[in-house]
Amino acid sequence: MLTLLFDGIASGMVLFILASGLAVTLGLMNFINLAHGAFAMAGGYATVLLTTHAGVPFLASLPLAFLIAAALGALFERTLYVHLYARPHLDQVLFSIGLVFMAVTAVDYVMGAQQRYAEVPGYLKGRVELFGVGLGRYRIFIIAVCGAVAFALQLILGRSRFGAQLRAAVDDARTARGLGIPVSRIFTITFAVGSGLAGLGGALGAEILTLTPTFPLKYMISFLIVVTVGGTSSITGPFLAALLLGIADVFGNYYLPEIGAFVTYLLMLTVLMIRPQGLFARPR
Amino acid sequence: MQTTPFAIPSKAAGAGRTFALEALFWAAAVAAIFLAPRRLLLLNEIAILGLFALSLDLVLGYAGIVSLGHAAFFGLGAYSAGLLLLHVTTNPLWALFAAALSGGVLGFATSFLVLRGTDLTRLMVTLGVSLLLGEAANKLHDLTGGADGLQGITAAPVFGLFRFDLAGHTAYVLSLAMLFACVLVARRITASPFGMTLRTIRDNPLRAAAIGVPVTRRLVAVYTIAALFAGLAGGLLAVTTQFVSLDVFDFARSADVMLVLILGGTGYLYGGLLGAVAFKVLQDVISTLTPQYWRFWIGLLLVALMIAGRDRLGAVFKRVPRAGGPS
Repeated sequence: MLTLLFDGIASGMVLFILASGLAVTLGLMNFINLAHGAFAMAGGYATVLLTTHAGVPFLASLPLAFLIAAALGALFERTLYVHLYARPHLDQVLFSIGLVFMAVTAVDYVMGAQQRYAEVPGYLKGRVELFGVGLGRYRIFIIAVCGAVAFALQLILGRSRFGAQLRAAVDDARTARGLGIPVSRIFTITFAVGSGLAGLGGALGAEILTLTPTFPLKYMISFLIVVTVGGTSSITGPFLAALLLGIADVFGNYYLPEIGAFVTYLLMLTVLMIRPQGLFARPR
Repeated sequence: MQTTPFAIPSKAAGAGRTFALEALFWAAAVAAIFLAPRRLLLLNEIAILGLFALSLDLVLGYAGIVSLGHAAFFGLGAYSAGLLLLHVTTNPLWALFAAALSGGVLGFATSFLVLRGTDLTRLMVTLGVSLLLGEAANKLHDLTGGADGLQGITAAPVFGLFRFDLAGHTAYVLSLAMLFACVLVARRITASPFGMTLRTIRDNPLRAAAIGVPVTRRLVAVYTIAALFAGLAGGLLAVTTQFVSLDVFDFARSADVMLVLILGGTGYLYGGLLGAVAFKVLQDVISTLTPQYWRFWIGLLLVALMIAGRDRLGAVFKRVPRAGGPS
């Protein structure tokens, strides 16, 4: 029971890291980016390739996954996404669906359709007994890493100068520009970091989630649930939503495997019905 | 309410030419029966996809609701028709009726969900509904056959006369007839004051409400009608292919139909039909070249279209000028 809860928290944490970038681009910048999962997948495959083929240790591959996904994110933002910020949502949706299709088939072409696993080092395997509860070491590791990232994100967005500039640029890009804030550079950095975090999440989750070429499609709905249910006014909302979703998912799979995802979708619809702004957000 | 003073100028602008083009389109569609007897199955798919896209056009092009889960209605229609054929009657027309009805009922029920919130909420709700139904069809194994799909569907001859042949003769004629009927209905609807108010809502819901348009009721009505069409399209797929599987609820299906509509252009009814022709021919050509990876090129097309700006496309076909503003 407690082990299940722990597993749920761990997968919720991974989900949060995966979706946190989307919470910023979609939540703050109001850009509907359905291709967010593609960057996560890039991170996942980067870790798999680095650990199995290049002999990079697992721990070192995590920051590399972050960097690779972030670089990809920056590249795409500069060349493609930047043209679509001011467009209607429909255009953004279609554009990002196109990207998803391309990512899915391209990875399928290069890597093959089968599931890939990351090689987790020995000291992260197995379980430890803590107060009579068996906890997976890897799960503990995930929770520690993700917790730290979440905390840092909260600090950066809420307290730092960069966070203030970002919020200003989002609220009113014109005025922010007038005040000398480099809006487009801030957007690029934000997008890159968001993609990088997705990549890190993909790398961490390569063990928990199933890493196949259809990853972006499969988890797209999860990311979107985290952001919409969590609400977009703060980073705490998506964090709680991700935890809820992770826990609900693990429990659902264990106790009610026949219904599975059905409950998740139903809950999401209900939440959106009652609170279109999200569960943890004040209506604007 | 906006009435004739607004409707007349836009209609008179090129009514004669529009009519000639429409007649040409349908003449080509009928001539295809004789000109391409070997491609009737593909033509049937095109007609069904066209009807599906027409349905999305009503929602997206006319009412401005961005939907990522239009496959929900299509899929429900397909399963309704399939189940009816399996268990109740083999009359294909009853199956189509059931498909349209079930789509319409679902559309009416879920229309209240899409009325609220922003584009994002609407996206999530429509996507959620289609995922929910897809998951239900997957889990209700005894009823739907789960991942194996509905097998062993047989449809009796249409009117007791026209059997469903392997070449797809009956299938295409039936689909085309349904498509034609739906286009006529949609044409009537969109040209009416009702259609004008829809466009008003799309362009500015607040102002529409301010001049006395009953926004909620209009959106519910158009969403229901569109869902009915989509259900019918799904029913046609079930009847003519005599097979239904889970992919009718696929996200890719909802995405494809959007691409189809964007290819052809929104807001003038024939966009979906022309887009369906373009999409299916394109898919046919690409998938003979790379059967496994055709979706990559579809994706590339989408990205390129969006970067270039979709307004420029479809302007080629467009004859009826429409009020500006993004849809």
